[in-house]
Amino acid sequence: MPRDGLVRSVPALTLLAMLGPVLAGLWGTVLPALGHLPAAGETGLSGAPFARLLDWPGLPRAIWLSLGTGLAATLISLGIVALIVAGWWGTPAFRALERALSPLLSVPHAAAAFGLAFLIAPSGWIARVVSPALTGWDRPPDWLIVNDPWGLSLIAGLVAKEVPFLLLMTLAALGQSDGARSLRVAQALGYGRVTGWLKCVFPRVYAQIRLPVFVVLVFGMSVVDVAVILGPTTPATLSVQIVRWMNDPDLALRMTAAAGALLQLALVLGALCLWWLGERAAARLGRAAVLRGGRGWADPALRAGGLLAGAVSALAMLAGIAALFLWSVAGFWGFPDALPEAYSLRTWTRAAPGMADALADTALVALAATALALMLVLGCLEAEHRSGRALTRRGLWLIYLPLLLPQTAFLPGLQTLLLGIGADTGRAPVIAAHLVFVLPYVFLSLGDPWRAWDVRHGRIAAALGAGPWRVLWTVRLPMLLRPVLTAAAVGIAVSVGQYLPTLLIGGGRVATLTTEAVALASGGDRRAIGAYGVAQTAAALLPFAVALVVPTLVWRNRRGLHG
Amino acid sequence: MNLLRSLAVLALAAQPALAADPDPSDWSAVLEEARGQTVFWNAWGGSTATNDFIAWAGRRVAEDHGVTVEHVKLTDTADAVTRVLTERQAGKDSGGAIDMIWINGPNFAAMKDADLLFGPFAEALPNWSFVDVDGKTVRSDFTVPTDGYEAPWAMAQVVFMHDTEDLPEPLGSMAAIRDWAVANPGRFTYPQPPDFLGVTFLKQALIDITQDAEVLQRPVTEADYDAVTDPLWAYLDTLTPALWRSGRAYPANGPAQLQLIADNEIDLAISFSPGEATAAIETGQLPPSVRTFVLDRGTLGNASFVAIPYNSGAKAGAMVLANFLMSPEAQLRAQDPAVLGYGTVLDMDRLPEADRAAFAALDQGIATLAPDELGQVQPEPHPSWMTRIAEDWTRRYGTGQ
Repeated sequence: MPRDGLVRSVPALTLLAMLGPVLAGLWGTVLPALGHLPAAGETGLSGAPFARLLDWPGLPRAIWLSLGTGLAATLISLGIVALIVAGWWGTPAFRALERALSPLLSVPHAAAAFGLAFLIAPSGWIARVVSPALTGWDRPPDWLIVNDPWGLSLIAGLVAKEVPFLLLMTLAALGQSDGARSLRVAQALGYGRVTGWLKCVFPRVYAQIRLPVFVVLVFGMSVVDVAVILGPTTPATLSVQIVRWMNDPDLALRMTAAAGALLQLALVLGALCLWWLGERAAARLGRAAVLRGGRGWADPALRAGGLLAGAVSALAMLAGIAALFLWSVAGFWGFPDALPEAYSLRTWTRAAPGMADALADTALVALAATALALMLVLGCLEAEHRSGRALTRRGLWLIYLPLLLPQTAFLPGLQTLLLGIGADTGRAPVIAAHLVFVLPYVFLSLGDPWRAWDVRHGRIAAALGAGPWRVLWTVRLPMLLRPVLTAAAVGIAVSVGQYLPTLLIGGGRVATLTTEAVALASGGDRRAIGAYGVAQTAAALLPFAVALVVPTLVWRNRRGLHG
Repeated sequence: MNLLRSLAVLALAAQPALAADPDPSDWSAVLEEARGQTVFWNAWGGSTATNDFIAWAGRRVAEDHGVTVEHVKLTDTADAVTRVLTERQAGKDSGGAIDMIWINGPNFAAMKDADLLFGPFAEALPNWSFVDVDGKTVRSDFTVPTDGYEAPWAMAQVVFMHDTEDLPEPLGSMAAIRDWAVANPGRFTYPQPPDFLGVTFLKQALIDITQDAEVLQRPVTEADYDAVTDPLWAYLDTLTPALWRSGRAYPANGPAQLQLIADNEIDLAISFSPGEATAAIETGQLPPSVRTFVLDRGTLGNASFVAIPYNSGAKAGAMVLANFLMSPEAQLRAQDPAVLGYGTVLDMDRLPEADRAAFAALDQGIATLAPDELGQVQPEPHPSWMTRIAEDWTRRYGTGQ
């Protein structure tokens, strides 16, 4: 029985591991924002940090940028995903797109952003391929594409990265929304494919992917690494500016940073409210459209548009990764040559020793954080199963909470806290910080397949005399090997891509492929960035390959378990 | 449970050791203490050439003195300063995360001011005897006296890199640079202030167009700021619309400009290292047609320093590394354009004959000016100018207004 008690305590432990750092970090942010930072000789309450924040001339633009890029990227990603699924779900084209997009889910944001920047810059790969034959350019045009002041490149980078994420979330939701039959009924009534899907299935699907959509919105508004690479610089987005203030030698600016972090938090909450209002409006308009009964005259165009947008975003990512690789093996590569003059492995041999160290740290942190996350999630799910109490809506919100708060709002405070208890500058705190972000994703990707398992298997095993633990180890886990490995791969990919937690909590001593790549980005050396971007992508992709291959090998004589 | 145990172990390990600081004047004791230590050297990590040099220096001190060097690659030196500040805020007065920082003038001034540095140590290091204390600005950093709290390891001077295919002739003054830029819109830019090199460009412009550069040596509060800087803003108002991307975006820092030249997006860029162009041509980061020039009235110059935080747990090891960086061996390698192309801080007259010959035999490289072609070195203004000008620049040009 004591072991059952252990299982029952797991949900509480999980919440502590996930929310403890978040709440502590927020507390560590609120105090300096209100003027209490003893290290800077400031105690008590004061409005000075906010006054300094308001005094920053870039603030209005930075606020609009954060709001605009976050909302636009979310809206566009959601629209593309809805059109792809509406127009092509169940067709060979859809399966091809799905196969192309799902590995892209694991590409770290920074690598994807570099790839895109190499592609779309006026001296980028696209311009090189078409020059000078089509354009007549022998030198690149002076066009502001990357780092444009409207954040369009930033939006494009976010969309390319979020479409795979939302598509996967939508696919998971589709399984539970009986979409195929509804669509068949709608089509029988004369509705076009896209219109029928949007009117009948989308509302049900959307209700299930709401939280992931919120995550995309929050991420888009507060991302740092992608915004540093693709975003505007005069001024930068609010989150980038917060990190700059955090890093200023003038201690008083850390209070400004804290005030900015609270503003960022308020902006995110405001944007979520705005989105919520948008949902109401869309629902009202949607109901009116349903009642009008239009059968969808624009269907062919919408279908084509969805496929085109999906294909472009997949191609952009793939070509971006290819460009990263090409730069990593390039000798001198001047404009407008479509390919490098010469190839060499010099970049790789130069980078190899440092890269091996970074890879070791990346792997250690990712494996440890993912293993912890898996244990906690499996414990939670098993506790849920044994107690018969399913996760409530409120519980789901709690799991999503670390993803719904801007990282810049609580990580700086967390760093101060960890220093205070002497647990800084090691891998353990970094692993704990990664766990905060890995746990929700592992939970989300494992939850549904776990619950979808037919409990009658367990009942049969129990009837044959197996206790709950034996059922877990010898029946349930082996049957769910593929989803468990996939969840682990998701966890590893999330950990590999983390930039701010590694940088702030690790104090620079924990150098992962991502922190090294972003550090190199500031130097603009495309060859080194290319090599690290490729390594980063490989580190995130490999676990997915393992998750794909291992169950097939282990269950080569159990066709039903290939899933 | 593993995690909790690790946290507990870490908490125990963080108890202050309270060992006495090593005394640099007793060098053999320093060497003994240093053996086995690991030095976390926080240095900007955006340049592959510098990273390789740091890795080489680490291997050499490991061979000779058993000191392990870990290069913590920063995107911004200020990150390291913040870290030390955070540690002091948390009461972590020993065993800090940082043992050595490649530091710049304003950060040095801030850290020295806040008593965050270990020292004085630099002038007690054995290799200090080779340093050119009279001819080079190694005892003051941006007019702030170093007082032995940081050790010099390279000399830097502003040069301009130009792609001779598009801009064949050197330009002799900042005014000439502006006129050329206006005649060739979109072909020149500079790193975005407050980036170090970007502000250096602003200072260089100010010094070159102002009549009275002497006033810049004193704190900004003692001068008529508006009267001194008005010509600079007038200069930039003319220049900015003619910049790359019309001044609506800027490269993040120095090396980012190299990529722009290589992509043929710009033809002219500022550099703080006379040998950088040659080194970059060697690695394929710049086209072979790039050369360098200095201004007729001279250009800004200063030294690169390393400093040791007050709470470092490996001060002896850090001093051994700092001393190695000032050795003829390391200085010769740093000056080799195929490696770094940094100017030496040493005085040739003080070196042993063999080392002097090795320096003389060094091929400066295709795009590097000879020492006598580098012209007059202008001193850095007081750091308060840098802060103020960077703030004003951001207000005027850096916020989309």
